[in-house]
Amino acid sequence: MSEHLLNTVLQIADDHLILGHRVSEWCGHAPMLEEDLSMPNMALDLIGQARSLYTYVAQLEGKGRTEDDFAYLRGDREYRNCLLVERNNEDFAHTVLRQLYFAAFMKPFWEAMHTCSDETLVNISHKAVKEIAYHVRHCGEWVIRLGDGTAISAERMHDAVLALHPYTAELFEIDNNRQQCINSGLFPDSQALQPAWTSTINQIFTQAKLAVPRDEYPQTGGRKGLHTEDFGILLSQLQYMQRAYPGASW
Amino acid sequence: MVTDINLAKARRIAAEVADPELPFLTVEDLGILREVSVEDDVIIARLTPTYSGCPAVSVIEKDVLNALTQAGFNARVVRSDMPPWTTSWITPEGIAKLQSNGISPPEPAGMSDALFATRVVACPRCQSEDTEKVSEFGSTPCKAQYRCNTCKEPFDHFKCH
Ligand SMILES: [Zn+2]
Repeated sequence: MSEHLLNTVLQIADDHLILGHRVSEWCGHAPMLEEDLSMPNMALDLIGQARSLYTYVAQLEGKGRTEDDFAYLRGDREYRNCLLVERNNEDFAHTVLRQLYFAAFMKPFWEAMHTCSDETLVNISHKAVKEIAYHVRHCGEWVIRLGDGTAISAERMHDAVLALHPYTAELFEIDNNRQQCINSGLFPDSQALQPAWTSTINQIFTQAKLAVPRDEYPQTGGRKGLHTEDFGILLSQLQYMQRAYPGASW
Repeated sequence: MVTDINLAKARRIAAEVADPELPFLTVEDLGILREVSVEDDVIIARLTPTYSGCPAVSVIEKDVLNALTQAGFNARVVRSDMPPWTTSWITPEGIAKLQSNGISPPEPAGMSDALFATRVVACPRCQSEDTEKVSEFGSTPCKAQYRCNTCKEPFDHFKCH
């Protein structure tokens, strides 16, 4: 069992680290000062949650590895994050939409985790759910502002939806590891979270005058370690310091 | 041997450690110092982090450990995640200090998840309730930015969490 649990916790730990890193790339580049503060703050939430999750993964593994070993010293095939979180920032529309898609899933996920049976994950869920609620609000408001904004902002928002929506199916994917955890009551059933996610997205899209695309081809593979080309570039930046100066700390 | 008197002293020393980002607030004011106890003659200080990713957390833990060690105690700091911290743990003294330092304290009513939800946040300088939110996020994870329409001053609001 602990093997299944380890692999499944690793999936969500990687989701949080990789999205946190992506969002942190806005630091110093956001379109306005307020967003230059909000982006790193959201990144900090995600990386903080990733740290708790990696620490637990290391504990489940019991081989003396630390959170840093998992974050910095694995190859790309060993990362189990979904593809959505590794997609490039592109523009502000892509960034806030990607964050909304993810947060709209994690909020009901953490809420459902409150009644699961793993004490460590339940503890993490109580903290994370309050933080992720801000992400849904903040990014949901931006999606509406841009979608129902100027002709240019609406077009960019529309492009972001077309580009990112195919990656949302993977949020609900259940591999064998996760299925075992769900069966044992350690993890919420991702499929059961779909109505809550869809309702949040529909509500926001309606206000944003955006349509949910149809006839799309779901893009998946991250849970098996099969990543997009952008991911290698992300990892080279994320891991640079520990690769160049092994064991560096400050 | 740690006596009751020493334990009380250790508790006082730990409680006086200040938050590096809000230096007028102590860990006691913030309500994050959960317990100071003795186990096998070692002082154990239990701290609960505010936000998962708050960079101040590890600094505060180090500061508490240093303060106790410098006072001659054999000490250890333990992170205690459960129950999770909420702004309702900030003491009345802490609330008063926030106010007098120009930061509007958290609303006990709690935070609405509704989009574009607005709440009345009073200006910490002139108490006017005619204020507007500038940004959900401020200079630290725990704060949002507001502006007062009466005295025209910008101010930080400690978010309810
Ligand atoms: Zn005022």
